[in-house]
Amino acid sequence: MMHRSMVWRWLGIVLLPILIFGWGTAVRAEPKAPDVLVKEIADEVIERLKQKPIQSDEDMNEWLVYVEERVLPHFNFERMTMLAVGPAWRQATPEQRKRLTEEFKTLLVRTYASALREYRNEKLEFRPLRMAPGDKTVRVSSYFIRPGGEPISVDYMMELRGDSWKVFDVVVAGVSLVTSYRSTFGQEIQAKGIDGLIQMLAQKNARGETLPADAATQG
Amino acid sequence: MSMKGSEVYKYKKTIAVLATGMVLSGCATSQPSHPKDPFEGFNRAMFQINDALDTVVLRPAAVVYDNVLPSPAKTGVSNFFSNLGDLRNAANNLLQGKVEAAFGDLFRFALNSTWGLLGVLDIASEAGIPKHNEDFGQTLAVWGVGDGPYLVLPLLGGRNIRDTAALPVDYYSHPTTYVEGDAAKYSFKAAEIVVKRAELLPADRAIEGRMIDKYAYMRDAYFQRRNYLIHDGNPPIEYEDFNGNGIDGDSGR
Repeated sequence: MMHRSMVWRWLGIVLLPILIFGWGTAVRAEPKAPDVLVKEIADEVIERLKQKPIQSDEDMNEWLVYVEERVLPHFNFERMTMLAVGPAWRQATPEQRKRLTEEFKTLLVRTYASALREYRNEKLEFRPLRMAPGDKTVRVSSYFIRPGGEPISVDYMMELRGDSWKVFDVVVAGVSLVTSYRSTFGQEIQAKGIDGLIQMLAQKNARGETLPADAATQG
Repeated sequence: MSMKGSEVYKYKKTIAVLATGMVLSGCATSQPSHPKDPFEGFNRAMFQINDALDTVVLRPAAVVYDNVLPSPAKTGVSNFFSNLGDLRNAANNLLQGKVEAAFGDLFRFALNSTWGLLGVLDIASEAGIPKHNEDFGQTLAVWGVGDGPYLVLPLLGGRNIRDTAALPVDYYSHPTTYVEGDAAKYSFKAAEIVVKRAELLPADRAIEGRMIDKYAYMRDAYFQRRNYLIHDGNPPIEYEDFNGNGIDGDSGR
């Protein structure tokens, strides 16, 4: 008995300052503004693209790792998956939700990486952020300027989660990368249930594991 | 704005074919997977045909164009067609009551057609006069005309009835329609289609193989894209919550 309480006291001496100190910094830390966050990541990705363009399968795999580490933490994939799945999400078990999120994440990340491969030094600009104090949802609007065409807009829908902003939808030229999957997913669920959708996504993702090497060079 | 006899005939014939198809498919499909797509059976069949035609004819032509021409030349060609489109943008902006935008479009056209060497250089964009994207379908939407069901047309692709009805107006409000001589006119139109298709190639490659149901994806993307254009890039978006506590109601601004 004596021994156990000693341990607790020592733990208390060590932990308490950490708790207080840690809590203090958490309270003081303002979440990074959503537009600043997006701009920083976009600049970093574009800078990296200039140095390491995606030309081979190896490049692609390296990029997937990089995206996983640097870009994905700023996304709320669960909400994205919920928005893609639609009303059937209500009936999904926690386990099904987890697997759906995993598979959809893979699908989106691969799409993102393929889009990066098409990057040809287009200039990225941001529109001024329209946000009122206390807003928990904002749209960060950017657009790529390409010669000989109208600019392509890329809007990031972001929500304040705890102390950081997370992306929950990306809208390219007016088309949501998330909700435009809803009919497709809905049909599959209607035909084969939620497990059917999970299986279909898993198959799709397994097939796309290695990308055709010639895809980067020809149309 | 009078159609030639043969064109009227072709138009009528197309409508007759479409109507027959819709009636047939209307009987065949019992439950549409999308409320705006009651003719899904017919639409899917037509989509397959269009998609095949794209794969065999249009896309290869666009790829050749894309590979043969150096980038600056492609930019010039794209700018040239984009410049012609500014007249239609101006007309539609005016019809929608966006007078300032309409004058912007006209100014773009004047500037690019002269100093921009017939539109090959887009100096207006560099001067900060923004490019718009307008057509008569958007104008009808702004006027309050309902959208109607989704319909996949031969060669022209999928669109709702409102945008379908707007097609003749779009056709006759584009400068290439008034090029002298049929051969020249249709060469211009064909070239424009190939150039526009080539501009889509990067997007094409990015989603290649990742689409589970291309038809459903393209249809839903079309609805979203049109809504976005009608609202000039600021569509009201509602994000639902399916976690069981109803609609959370916050929307982006």
